[in-house]
Amino acid sequence: MRQQAASQGLFPIAFHIAGREIRDQLRDWRILTPIVALTLFFPVLMNFTAREAVNFVTRYGAPIVGDRLIPFLLMVVGFFPISISLVIALESFAGERERQSLEPLLATPLTDAQLYLGKLLASLASPLAAAYLGIFVYLIGVTVAIGWRPPALLLIQVLLLTTAQAVVMVCGAVVISSQTTSVRAANLLASFIIIPVSQLVIGESLIMFWGRYTILWWIVIALFLIALVLSRMGLHLFNREELLGREIDVVDLRWGWHVFAGAFVDDAMSVTDWYRGLITVTIPKLWSSLAMTSVVLLAGFFIGDGLSNRFALPADWVNLDRLGGGLGDAFSQLGLMTTRGWWWVVWNNIRAVGLAAFLGMFSFGVLALVLLMVPFGMIGYFAGNVALTGQNPLRFLVALVLPHAMLEVPAAVLAGAAILQLGLAAISPPEGASLGERWLKAAAGWARVSLGLVLPLLLLAGAVEVFVTPRVALLLLSGS
Amino acid sequence: MLAPGRTAIIPLTQEMALIEAQDLTKQFGNLKAVEGLSLRVSGGSILALLGPNGAGKTTTIRMLASILRPSSGEARIAGYDVRQHPADVRRSVGLLTEHHGLYTRMRPEDYLQFFGRIYGLTHDETGRRIGRLLEQFGLAEARDLRLGEYSKGMRQKLALARALLHEPPVLLLDEPTSAMDPASAHLVRACIAGLRSPGRTVVVCTHNLVEAENLADEIAIIHRGRIIAQGTSAELKRIYLGDPIMELRVASELDGAARFLPPGVTQVAAGEDWLRFRVAHPEEVNPRLLGALSKAGVPVVTLAEVPRSLEDVYLQVVGNVEGKGPASAWDG
Repeated sequence: MRQQAASQGLFPIAFHIAGREIRDQLRDWRILTPIVALTLFFPVLMNFTAREAVNFVTRYGAPIVGDRLIPFLLMVVGFFPISISLVIALESFAGERERQSLEPLLATPLTDAQLYLGKLLASLASPLAAAYLGIFVYLIGVTVAIGWRPPALLLIQVLLLTTAQAVVMVCGAVVISSQTTSVRAANLLASFIIIPVSQLVIGESLIMFWGRYTILWWIVIALFLIALVLSRMGLHLFNREELLGREIDVVDLRWGWHVFAGAFVDDAMSVTDWYRGLITVTIPKLWSSLAMTSVVLLAGFFIGDGLSNRFALPADWVNLDRLGGGLGDAFSQLGLMTTRGWWWVVWNNIRAVGLAAFLGMFSFGVLALVLLMVPFGMIGYFAGNVALTGQNPLRFLVALVLPHAMLEVPAAVLAGAAILQLGLAAISPPEGASLGERWLKAAAGWARVSLGLVLPLLLLAGAVEVFVTPRVALLLLSGS
Repeated sequence: MLAPGRTAIIPLTQEMALIEAQDLTKQFGNLKAVEGLSLRVSGGSILALLGPNGAGKTTTIRMLASILRPSSGEARIAGYDVRQHPADVRRSVGLLTEHHGLYTRMRPEDYLQFFGRIYGLTHDETGRRIGRLLEQFGLAEARDLRLGEYSKGMRQKLALARALLHEPPVLLLDEPTSAMDPASAHLVRACIAGLRSPGRTVVVCTHNLVEAENLADEIAIIHRGRIIAQGTSAELKRIYLGDPIMELRVASELDGAARFLPPGVTQVAAGEDWLRFRVAHPEEVNPRLLGALSKAGVPVVTLAEVPRSLEDVYLQVVGNVEGKGPASAWDG
């Protein structure tokens, strides 16, 4: 008669937990009212908007605007109800913890995964059902009113986008909830989810108006990957120890500084000792990130090279011999071979690395790598264009890139790897410490690499770029 | 009473310690919430973990319920190691949390059915147990109300029913009557007292001294994560407050009463018509004293033990630990 909850399987018990929560949601008018409104009334409003807009633009001979507006509204109709999933998830995880109804569940033989999955399903079910119903109502409306039927692929794309966005928001909400003890604090932190998702929806809208629906597939894949990463992180954080070990939401700056400074100094007694630790301990830990960053930056170069075939520059723009003639004047105008020019180059590179770090913090390091890929892509693009005109691209690379790249490329690889490591620390944190502590230690690791290696390399690379590269370029390209 | 295990069924006996903890320690960052705690509680008894807020009672309970992992030390609940068999431990434990944590939109039967399924009970079996528990706790009349409509005492009783639903051999009750009005607290205490049975161990965490004294067979005083005193109420009083003190009242003046006291009995205070003395074995001394007084024609009004509360013990024990003297008023 008796069985352990764990032995009842992951899904039956998860559905049991989800079922209770969904019934509870359906008894709560604060959740029910917006869902009903967004499911039934909002699509009708969007229908009206679509009809009026199509009539208006057709009158002025621009039917394409209407054609693009209808799929966009289809996506909007799906997005609005799923935004409630964020509220439900915060309520389900942080709210239950705040009301202290979570502990009786934690005291049962339920596994963490059963409870986590149950709550995930409960947070997704009602908003997704509302979103699908809203899309259905909208489609009936546009079919009846203006005879528009969606292409099957577009409909699948919108349904997948809607689902992926909901999963990302809910998984993100779990991560946020695990770091707070109150719904209020969780709601404040929820802006970390809602702002990027809003930006994403704006981006998707532009893509839809632009008519590049293929890009949406990439977004769907990226969203599901992010959802996978976040759900893994959520599962890691949603455990009894994390949930009950945290009692208060107090920003302890002194503690934070203590953890960061301790990890940054790492018991070093002198600068030499510190550098020894950096080279022998910190850098070896980065090897997988270093490898990944190197591959990505190299890929950036080849992508740029590939793009040169599609978007070729006029041949005389990349004529190295012709370029060599005016190099001296160009270098003077750019302020090269001056101390001011050196500072300008160094400052520019520091800003780029800083921006990469900032973007990397919010994207698990991904956007940092994307940003660092850009200059490599540009070099690949120019090298490709040089090759297209029958010239030797090595001449271009050796004359204009190689001297300072010997220092700048290692700096970029190290910076990218350190940022990537920082992002990975948030996704796959080690056991035995809070997320904040782990992140602070990873940030200290990033600071060690940045201050100890990246900054000196950038200073040297800047000097080479300003004082050496121009001379090499003049020598190789103009013979002077 | 059977406690089903993953691979073997372990028969529980009254003599078997249902709770065994050795050097249990829990550290949160720099804070040691529990340090070197050792316990052994057998079936059929009620243990009160007594201590102020923040003493480490809840953390101890959570470790024993396998909700938190001990930083060091060992604990076995109904024979299961809290680290190695957390699911078995949780199935062997009924936990009443300090806050009832009920889902207030649900009705009691739905609520208990929800937990019954998690514990792997069939719908019918859970139904039978629900009927019995609601009757036992006087909630049968309120079975159609939503839990949000329940009074505080009713909610706590339903939370107790939840803890008992899977018939666990170990009950861990964390502050079961905190913030309750006296009537509700009385009801809940009566329920807890009724849970005593040979195959079951109850641990009650409380900072209510009267509750601990009335309910528990044994009391452990916990302070800053350590158990600083443990024993029955009488043992603790004897250890920390000394031998019992008797008060003799007579109907006349008590001049030279000390001469009636048998050897080995110490007078601690006296008034015109009363006398207090400390005695190790009152059952032997008091009859002799009464006989002597009667023989001397002293009209005795009362001879009774001066009541000493657990509060006195508590203040003494905590005072000792903190290096302060106790604020006790009973001996003069």
